[in-house]
Amino acid sequence: MAESVVAPIASHSATQLPIVGKSEVRPTWCPGCGDYSVVASIEMALKRLKIPSKDVVIVSGIGCSSNLPHFLSSYGFHGLHGRTIPVAEGVRWGNHGLTVIGTGGDGDGFGIGVGHLIHAMRRNVKLTYVTMDNQVYGLTTGQASPTSRMGQKTKSTPTGVIENPLDPVSLALASGATYVARGFSGDVKHLTDLVANGIQHKGFAFVDVFSPCVTYNKVNTFDFFRQRVYKLENAGHDPSDLGAAFQRSLEWGDKIPIGLFYSVDKPTYEDLEQVLAAGPLAYQPSGLKGREKLLDEFV
Amino acid sequence: MKELAVRVGGQAGDGIASIGESIARSFSRMGLHVFGLNAYQSVIRGGHVWYHARASEGKVHCQGDTADILYALDRQTVDVHASILRPGGTVIFDPEKFPLAPTDVSSEIHLLPVPTLEIARKYTSQSILQNAAGIGATAFLAGIPIDVIHQVLTDSFGRKAGDVVTWNIGASTDGYRFAETKGPIHPKAIAKKDPPKLLMTGNQAIALGAAAAGCKFLVQYPMTPATSIMHWLAAHSRALGIVVKQSEDELASINMAIGASYAGVRTMTASSGGGFALMTEGLGMAGMAEVPVVVVDAARAGPSTGLPTKTEQGDLNLLLGAGQGEWPRAILAPSDPVEAYNLTVAAFDLAERFQTPVLVLTDFHLAEAMEGVDREEINFNIPIPSLFTVEPDSHRYRRYLDTESGVSPRAFPGQPGLNHIALSDEHDEYGGDVSDIRAGIPAAIAVRKKMMEKRMRKLKGLAKEVPPPVLEGPPDAPLTFVAWGSPVGAVRDAMAILQEKGKATNLLRFPTLYPLDPDVVRSMFARTRKTLLVEGNFSGQFAHLLRAETGIEFPHKFLKYDGEPFYPHQIVARAQEVL
Ligand SMILES: Cc1ncc(C[n+]2csc(CCOP(=O)(O)OP(=O)(O)O)c2C)c(N)n1
Ligand code: SF4
Ligand SMILES: [Mg+2]
Repeated sequence: MAESVVAPIASHSATQLPIVGKSEVRPTWCPGCGDYSVVASIEMALKRLKIPSKDVVIVSGIGCSSNLPHFLSSYGFHGLHGRTIPVAEGVRWGNHGLTVIGTGGDGDGFGIGVGHLIHAMRRNVKLTYVTMDNQVYGLTTGQASPTSRMGQKTKSTPTGVIENPLDPVSLALASGATYVARGFSGDVKHLTDLVANGIQHKGFAFVDVFSPCVTYNKVNTFDFFRQRVYKLENAGHDPSDLGAAFQRSLEWGDKIPIGLFYSVDKPTYEDLEQVLAAGPLAYQPSGLKGREKLLDEFV
Repeated sequence: MKELAVRVGGQAGDGIASIGESIARSFSRMGLHVFGLNAYQSVIRGGHVWYHARASEGKVHCQGDTADILYALDRQTVDVHASILRPGGTVIFDPEKFPLAPTDVSSEIHLLPVPTLEIARKYTSQSILQNAAGIGATAFLAGIPIDVIHQVLTDSFGRKAGDVVTWNIGASTDGYRFAETKGPIHPKAIAKKDPPKLLMTGNQAIALGAAAAGCKFLVQYPMTPATSIMHWLAAHSRALGIVVKQSEDELASINMAIGASYAGVRTMTASSGGGFALMTEGLGMAGMAEVPVVVVDAARAGPSTGLPTKTEQGDLNLLLGAGQGEWPRAILAPSDPVEAYNLTVAAFDLAERFQTPVLVLTDFHLAEAMEGVDREEINFNIPIPSLFTVEPDSHRYRRYLDTESGVSPRAFPGQPGLNHIALSDEHDEYGGDVSDIRAGIPAAIAVRKKMMEKRMRKLKGLAKEVPPPVLEGPPDAPLTFVAWGSPVGAVRDAMAILQEKGKATNLLRFPTLYPLDPDVVRSMFARTRKTLLVEGNFSGQFAHLLRAETGIEFPHKFLKYDGEPFYPHQIVARAQEVL
């Protein structure tokens, strides 16, 4: 029981603030689950960037993947199914000095929560959003997800999925995300680069990760992706070319691209929200003391 | 007590609200106490709309039952509203727009035909200027000094092109002078008495209260009648340093509010019942994760989309039961703008001290009607304590430390040594999730029980800290009205009417609907004799709540669910049946 654990914490000094590492909670995922690589890549990216753990907030929704914040030593908010994005946006606007990372599943982000995702991308909120896309609902024991392929047999579609899958990368491009990437849990080093660059990106950074569910998705497995993925950076793709990014995003079959599809520099929502120019909201003065003149407009 | 009421009616798009507001604001600047009601439909053009401005020497609490001057921009206005004119009342109209004969109205009503279109044509081809001529004639009859109406018109056009102001001043003067040639001012007109009062809606008072209480983040999706909270704060966003976010939907509103609150900002969101319903899962999360947030529900007549521009108190059960499972909440229900200001301030304070959602329930009538307020009634001197109170020590921080009050020390991201996870799943004191691999094992069962009790214990403290019921009027009156929210205004005016008839009554009103301290409530009812519960919904939701909490029954009820506000004469009539 965590309750009996009264672990002393390391002393802090301004210069030597602790960096994000593993928490004392061990991941509860099935052995072999793709999500282990994702948490490892986030940990390594944050270590590489040396962001103090006190300044990192990892926000998630509900799903196997959404348990991720518990496994790292940063701050975290483990919210409702589908509401990862609005909580993360609220945290950013409440204190834009923080590094905010959203994490969750394909159901959380592209099913129940897809409305929020589109709007967050068009706003260009400075967030890094990492989805563990296993093309299935893991936590609810294997139903179809918005990214399950046509024909895929799941518990809710025993004779096969009869709707077209949503493509997260083209959705992100169309919605105005300013950093759009796709990683694979089978290549943690590459994924770490994508996440680290995403965290450094000024704006909405979207990293969709092929993160196989070894228990409920017997089609889109590690092997499936190992045989198919190729890296955009080795294929002469120009990530400043939106049209090319769209074309690459539509590729699915024998060859499936991973890497950085698109990146562009644009003002963030926080840049354009003038109230935030005075510093993080959480530290700004508040109240109406001494502002009685404000009542004149009601005369 | 001298009073005078003006009603203006016409079609949506005619500018009825701005005519009515000009008259209401003029009265208020004369130092009179004003109640202004804007009645409209959920369409932008066409449809019948009207504005009612009631002015009095003393305090008036609602729109009242009658009018003395009716400015009719169309024939329908006469047909619908002439019957509320008191004997000696006047209908102002333009015979070029529609004919009206003395036989069309009762014999005690005067007609004042004013050539408003003809006056307008002197200045411009834009017929909207007829309104200024009509305002002028109305102002004369209502005893409004010409300089007062000129200033109100000038202020309302603000920095617009100079011609518009000049034309309006000219046309209003012409209308004023025209009326002057036709007869004396209305005998009920009240002379100017300083100083000017403030005129504000319940929504404006809530917006102001939020700002005064330290709100730094308002997130809202438009929905009548809550929208003008966002409008006011958006207009003042930069000056006051408050971020105003129009969200993509109310699911986002509540979750964004929670995120910002978790980050250390006082936050609010507002909607009407439909949007509130969408927020309910998020509200439960705020209860579970112990994140303070203030949520306003400005109710319209439901269910479903219902009557967007009509009033009702039908959302109480929604607020009481909002969200799956059980979590601590307080529900405050202001009855007028000053109380809306004060209870919004209280809501922020309670939400923060108890780290849980506090809900403010209003309705269309309070949200959008305008009422006179004295400057001294609005206190900006609200203490705003720092949120950053927890210091790291050598022990691992327990965000959900089990305490006697149920409230745990709250730390924020950015603070070193206090890292933790806030969460929607059941958890231990550290914020460790007990919903997955630990669920059901004996130690986790004990944690669940303990944390449930910790959170729900806040209700005990809340019940002691929320604004208690208030008794108004003579303590031993033979009849006690029981009311909450906007109907309180009409009850107060009904009490005055009954008093004039020699019937003493009093009022037990509830600024807090939940949680109630049953002992306090029972002791207040110990002295009452007959009661009449006045509530704006079909089933008497508050009566049910009071009975559940205290065992007290309400055999006499006046329930209203026609979308319209309570009128004093209706309450008087019902009281006389009961007495
Ligand atoms: C409002 C709501 N609806 C449904 C659920 C049940 N639920 C929990 S997780 C989940 C889907 C999870 O799938 P995904 O987001 O892809 O995460 P994964 O488990 O695959 O990592 C669902 C439907 C819920 N918790 N809340
Ligand atoms: S069910 Fe699938 S997604 Fe969930 S932990 Fe197991 S492997 Fe991972
Ligand atoms: Mg999934």
